[in-house]
Amino acid sequence: MSYAPTIPASAESLAPTKIRVRDLRISYDTRVAVRDVNLDVPEHAVTAFIGPSGCGKSTILRCFDRMNDLIPGASVHGSIVLDGEEINAPGVQPVELRRKVGLVFQKPNPFPMSIYENVAYGPRRHGVSSRAALDEVVETSLRRAAIWDEVKDEYRRKNALSLSGGQQQRLCIARMLATGPEVILMDEPCSALDPIATLRIEQLITELKTQYTILIVTHNMQQAARVSDRTAFFTLGDDRAGYLVEEGPTRMIFTDPANRLTEDYVAGRFG
Amino acid sequence: MESDIATEMAAVRPERVVLAPGIDVARRVTGAAATVVVLLVGLLLAFIAWNGIALFRHSGVPILEVFAPVWQPDPTSGETTYGLLPFILGTLGVVSVAAALAAPLSLGLALFMAEVAPPWARRVMQPAMEVFVGIPSVVYGWLGLTVLVPFLAANGKWAGFTSGFSWFAGSLVLALMILPTVSSVAYDSFRAVPPDLRTASLALGTTRWQTIRHLLLPASGAGIVTAIVLGMMRAAGEALAVQMVIGNRPLIPRSLFQPVTTLTAQITLDMGNTVAGETWNEALWTMGLVLVTMSFAAVVLVRLLTRRAGPR
Ligand SMILES: Nc1ncnc2c1ncn2[C@@H]1O[C@H](COP(=O)(O)OP(=O)(O)O)[C@@H](O)[C@H]1O
Ligand SMILES: [Mg+2]
Repeated sequence: MSYAPTIPASAESLAPTKIRVRDLRISYDTRVAVRDVNLDVPEHAVTAFIGPSGCGKSTILRCFDRMNDLIPGASVHGSIVLDGEEINAPGVQPVELRRKVGLVFQKPNPFPMSIYENVAYGPRRHGVSSRAALDEVVETSLRRAAIWDEVKDEYRRKNALSLSGGQQQRLCIARMLATGPEVILMDEPCSALDPIATLRIEQLITELKTQYTILIVTHNMQQAARVSDRTAFFTLGDDRAGYLVEEGPTRMIFTDPANRLTEDYVAGRFG
Repeated sequence: MESDIATEMAAVRPERVVLAPGIDVARRVTGAAATVVVLLVGLLLAFIAWNGIALFRHSGVPILEVFAPVWQPDPTSGETTYGLLPFILGTLGVVSVAAALAAPLSLGLALFMAEVAPPWARRVMQPAMEVFVGIPSVVYGWLGLTVLVPFLAANGKWAGFTSGFSWFAGSLVLALMILPTVSSVAYDSFRAVPPDLRTASLALGTTRWQTIRHLLLPASGAGIVTAIVLGMMRAAGEALAVQMVIGNRPLIPRSLFQPVTTLTAQITLDMGNTVAGETWNEALWTMGLVLVTMSFAAVVLVRLLTRRAGPR
């Protein structure tokens, strides 16, 4: 699936837009953390967010499933349209949105229960109660997250906390997939993992993008280059607020960026 | 590389102990203190056990008589029976009902403080709870005696209260007394659940209540049981406040609305009436031994539970 970056920009723009961001501005209390973000996220592709630490990548990511609602003092202005629907509109239920938009955290955070119960947790809360239906969704999700083969013998009994870090992260991906999302947000999902575990997650991302729209924050340039189709580069302005410098096909961002700041950053001359 | 450093450190270590004799002294002092405490506790337990079995050893009362339902320790008013069942059941009954009354309230309070309350409310509530813990038990007993008991006597006829002195009054006073203990232990166990897990649950599209019900409560299950058992232990050991409102009738407890008695209440009540060496007095020691055994069982239970909870 790594042909995507080689497709010319004109052809790529034909991919339907999953998320459309316009004039996004996010503040914590009175301090503006991110401003002026305009971005179209294409469906069934991987979009990477890169940029120096503190420029607001996590903050933006959290907007897409309204996890910012949970942070006291955080406020979001501007427009985020997912599948033609404004996600901050008054009628939208955050709990519904969060089923459609899954989140994978920096540090694996499985629940202190069995592997099975971890994956069944979301579906159970959303009203799935039949044994057969739960068994089915658990197995499918574990398979999709490429962890089934490693846990299939004992996933009903074994406590999730006894898995290795990489396995825990894939379990967390399975747990998130079990709620049936269309969009997957990943905030530096490999930063706590060793290189081999990282590689497995990267392979997984490439498999998942045929069915999901993926947004990934990464501080690792090689990772962005390996897994993403498009890359968005953010940086901190003189006003200490983060903004989007440019966004485009990953190959272009890494080889022929339009902006000098991008060029310096990907070449490692900055941040 | 690493092993080199390890050998070097091992070589340096004994020297450092000599160079820093303060560490050694500190270790000796604390070690001695710990030994003294352990010895004292051991002696105390041996003393209670030895006196507790005097009833059987010295006065020849059959061991099983302890489980008889009749308490008649006074040789001047006929044949004696040293049945402790009314006290054992009384203690268990009063303590269980107290726990049943206190648990929902305490857990609700702990959940509110841990999950819902804004930080300023937390800052107010925490010292308030500490003050609550510090109120001496005689104050609870006094309030029970002057407010609760007359209230029950005046307004509880329909339910079956006669004098107001009752199992229920004892349990209610105890419930109030253990409320802060249970709440604060439960609160700590809720706070011990990593915040990440809550966020992860909410990110799966669950509501706050679902997250509390299906993640937080199971994850702190052992802590909650510990909180309740600690509360029950405190309740079982309380004598004064209970004795003031419970009616002190050595009968098998049958009704929540009638007087009963407990091990602690009976011990404090009878202490002054008996002479050391007398069989009646020995029976009081046996009651003490029963009480100690009960709290020992509770401690073992808490240990087992906290061990089983495993890694967080
Ligand atoms: N919960 C929060 N409360 C207040 N300020 C925050 C919070 N989270 C992030 N910020 C601030 O917002 C800015 C962007 O942070 P973040 O989105 O974490 O950046 P990045 O993920 O790019 O490193 C930082 O200045 C940070 O201090
Ligand atoms: Mg971040």
